[in-house]
Amino acid sequence: MTRLSGGLIDRSRSLSFTFDGKSYTGHAGDTLASALLANGVRLMGRSFKYHRPRGVFSAGSEEPNALVELRSGARQEPNTRATVAELFDGLDARSQNRIGSLSFDLMAVNDLFSPFLTAGFYYKTFMWPRAFWEKLYEPAIRRAAGLGSLTHRPDPDGYDAGYLHCDLLVIGGGAAGLAAALTAARTGARVILADEDFRLGGRLLAESNPLEMPAPEWIAGIEAEFASLPNLRVMRRTTVWGAFDHGIYGAVERVSDHLAEPGKRVRQTLWRITARRAILASGATERHIPFANNDRPGIMLAGALRAYANRWAVSPAQRVAIFTSNDDGHRTALDLAAKGVEIAAVIDARTDILSQGSYRTIAGAQVTGSRGRLGLRRIQVTQGGTSEWLDCGALGIAGGWNPNLHLASHHRGRPQWNEAAQAFLAQEGFVPGLTIAGAAAGQGSTARALASGAEAARAALEALGITAGLPDLPQAEDASLNQYPLWHVPGQDRAWVDFQNDVTVKDIKLAHQENMRPVEHLKRWTTLGMATDQGKTSNVTALAVMAELTGQSINQTGTTIFRPPYTPVSLSVLGGGDTGPHFRPRRLTPTHDWATSQGAIFVEVGQWMRAQYFPRVGETHWRQTVDREVLSTRKGVGICDVTTLGKIDVQGGDAGEFLDRVYANAMKSLKVGMVRYGLMLREDGFAWDDGTCARLAETHYVVTTTTANAGTIYRHMEFCRQCLWPELDVQLISTTDAWAQLSVAGPNARKLLERVVDGFDLSNETFPFMACANLTICGGLRARLFRISFSGELAYEIAVPARYGNALMARLIEKGADLGATPYGTEALGVMRIEKGHAAGNELNGQTTAQMLGMGRMVSTKKDSIGAVMSRRDGMVAERRVLVGLQPVDPTDPVVAGSHLFTKGAVQDTANDQGWITSACFSPHVGSAIGLGYLENGAERMGEVITAANPLQKQSVMLRVVSAHFVDPEGVRLRA
Amino acid sequence: MLIPHPLLGPRDSSEFSYLGDASLMDRPDGMAPDAAERFHDYVHLRDNPAGIHRELWFHEQGDRSWLVVTRNTVTHEILGAELARDARKGGAA
Repeated sequence: MTRLSGGLIDRSRSLSFTFDGKSYTGHAGDTLASALLANGVRLMGRSFKYHRPRGVFSAGSEEPNALVELRSGARQEPNTRATVAELFDGLDARSQNRIGSLSFDLMAVNDLFSPFLTAGFYYKTFMWPRAFWEKLYEPAIRRAAGLGSLTHRPDPDGYDAGYLHCDLLVIGGGAAGLAAALTAARTGARVILADEDFRLGGRLLAESNPLEMPAPEWIAGIEAEFASLPNLRVMRRTTVWGAFDHGIYGAVERVSDHLAEPGKRVRQTLWRITARRAILASGATERHIPFANNDRPGIMLAGALRAYANRWAVSPAQRVAIFTSNDDGHRTALDLAAKGVEIAAVIDARTDILSQGSYRTIAGAQVTGSRGRLGLRRIQVTQGGTSEWLDCGALGIAGGWNPNLHLASHHRGRPQWNEAAQAFLAQEGFVPGLTIAGAAAGQGSTARALASGAEAARAALEALGITAGLPDLPQAEDASLNQYPLWHVPGQDRAWVDFQNDVTVKDIKLAHQENMRPVEHLKRWTTLGMATDQGKTSNVTALAVMAELTGQSINQTGTTIFRPPYTPVSLSVLGGGDTGPHFRPRRLTPTHDWATSQGAIFVEVGQWMRAQYFPRVGETHWRQTVDREVLSTRKGVGICDVTTLGKIDVQGGDAGEFLDRVYANAMKSLKVGMVRYGLMLREDGFAWDDGTCARLAETHYVVTTTTANAGTIYRHMEFCRQCLWPELDVQLISTTDAWAQLSVAGPNARKLLERVVDGFDLSNETFPFMACANLTICGGLRARLFRISFSGELAYEIAVPARYGNALMARLIEKGADLGATPYGTEALGVMRIEKGHAAGNELNGQTTAQMLGMGRMVSTKKDSIGAVMSRRDGMVAERRVLVGLQPVDPTDPVVAGSHLFTKGAVQDTANDQGWITSACFSPHVGSAIGLGYLENGAERMGEVITAANPLQKQSVMLRVVSAHFVDPEGVRLRA
Repeated sequence: MLIPHPLLGPRDSSEFSYLGDASLMDRPDGMAPDAAERFHDYVHLRDNPAGIHRELWFHEQGDRSWLVVTRNTVTHEILGAELARDARKGGAA
């Protein structure tokens, strides 16, 4: 096949590409489909179910047949429509859904079994045995009825997400969209024009003489003006794929899909466009007319045939026939004939039709069959009961045009059948702020599209208080479409309605017989319109056939509606590049650089990266390191960054009253300069979070939360402040990131701190356990000091402005060298708190209560506080499980968190369940594994030997119930 | 969705976190004799209307205001938004 004359391809630039391993040449401006047609390739794929040979059917994003895999390696992309794949040099494309070669597909045997593969086949056949589903049916069906294949390799390309705002979003850059954008942009309003094609113009590019001047010339003039308007953003290769609430539209810009490799650019960008008004100028999709064996390569939409000839200078065959039910088919015949393509005949279903050119026109006739295994060779034409066969390599079908209403029904607006237009039309207001123009509104002639686009823009801006003048528009073609209903050609053989999902007129008849008549049932029973093309070329035809069968009108039959996306959107771009390390923000502690320099191993704690442990030379196992850190702390002094714990500043005259209501225990009574442990409940009475509450001044408290709940507790406290008690004089601010906080723990903690404070008296008398103060250190640096202990040792937490955290850490280690100062990480922190019996996230898991934590009496009955009332519910009060310590009878036995506890010898089932192990570790202090757990009547069972069952690992271990305080149960050390 | 913040103008809903029915602002008195029953209703019972709904949104990625937003749950139309503390001081029992 050679090229026709004209067209909008750049013949000076040749591009080489491969299809199924064979090399071809196309030109800049080609799509893969047009380039393949120019090389005489009509066969491009196999159908989904019957593996029928298929060729290109359309010239746009509605394509049901020509699905291909593009590129290879990690960039391989399945199910790409050849009709919208912009050709680039080196493009590597492959057909899909075949076993063997494209021309000899082994799975084509399915076509012989087609009588068994009718509508509802899967529902009826693969019902039982149930066990076969996953193992046998599903893999087999997936292999046979597959589309493209995945690489199972990470996508090497970058993606991005962005936000745009405008007064007017124009969706579609055809005649209506260009006129709308021009009208709006000239006012200075912020306008975005988005079009899915790589070239503006829409159908203007596909027609021979739509305007008084050549269309590309007019478009070039407009584009030049567009380029001079800074308030207009023209987005080519951009599909607006969804209309969301409040004027928000989703769009994907294919930034570098047309390049072999994106280089430094992103592959695609996901745009979230907030538009005050929008115009849908998405054009129309031509409908076909099902007849027997209408799916052969070479049979396509007549408008597409015309587009290929006019825009891409190619015809799929030298001899072409047209089957039409309206005037539009004749237009294709005239354009093709003008390009030197031989017209075998124009077959018009209407009777009173005259020939418009010097070719044969058969009026009152229908195409009733076709021949050609891998491509069309001839068609059968039937007129008044007599049939004849006509040779032709391509057949254009013109069944009328369906407005592209998809976005207009994304808010569940249901299009109505318009008898005059013989098409479904959307109503104004389906999507607030969205108006429809051009062929999408049934204004299909070029002149009406231009005028309606300009008027829609003028009206949209007027609603925003912006006055727009209508631009001078060129004289344009203004032919009436005169749609004529011909939904299918009756016959015995299969006539395809939905090509991609292989749904035929027979399947619709079967659905009718089986009472699957409502359109939603029809769709699901036959899978019509459920393929990647979402039935763009089939839905209306199918429901018209159903209407005919039921004897109802099309309006009574109704239509299904559409959801986003308009065309397939890749998951990669929906992720917007938020993958790997970009999946969520990473927060570094103030001492991160220092810890890195010490070779720390880090652990993710939510968004935080925390030092987990600090291995030293010669240590070969993490346990060695952690044991050393624990023992050094308990013997000398250890330092740990505890900045990640939430810190909330609470200030105001009613700060104490506010905290009394938020905490289960009392805080108003706390003396200035002292700290108190605080427990917060949820309103349903369960324990939520714990921390410390320090009173730095009469009207100033600082409270801490667990790392995990820092955000949610702050949100909750703001809820209490603003929504429950706005009358209280209290202000809150989160200061988690403002202060670096270090725990300094161990018998030498005081000695070490004495070396950095500016003359502050740290003696036990003036600064006892649970004291707090503002002070300065290191010669004038402001700091906060809290004498609190998570480890059970003499311990302090010292806070300095965050930017000094790293230096303070280094200073403390340096000053404490002779005191055994040792940095420790989260592992040692965890070991020491378990040894001390302090609760943490494992014990506060949302299913436990103050009573279970042994803090039941902390919930004050003298005041109202969040959760207090519900914590006194009968079931909560009757709870008998309490926190205990657990130690293996045989010191070599493991203790595994999550194990369930049973009375020794009891049957291990839920009825006998006595509790569970919440936390476990190896304790270098005790010399064996230890655990904390909730145990039924635990307080009265000290010394009892119980069984810990871990059925997942078939473990059963004897444990002795002990106090949860493995270290210093009297609290002598921390008060030293 | 866009939420018309009474202080900051229209803001994208992704800046907010959602809590639920604005009746959560009407917390019973925990010291009242019938507190147990009233808290049962407060904690567990919510209306779930198809239509106009007053609900609480927190401008977490913004100015940390709690808002009472009136939204049609069927159409997502937002009929108004006010600061929760104003709503609370204004008319709540």
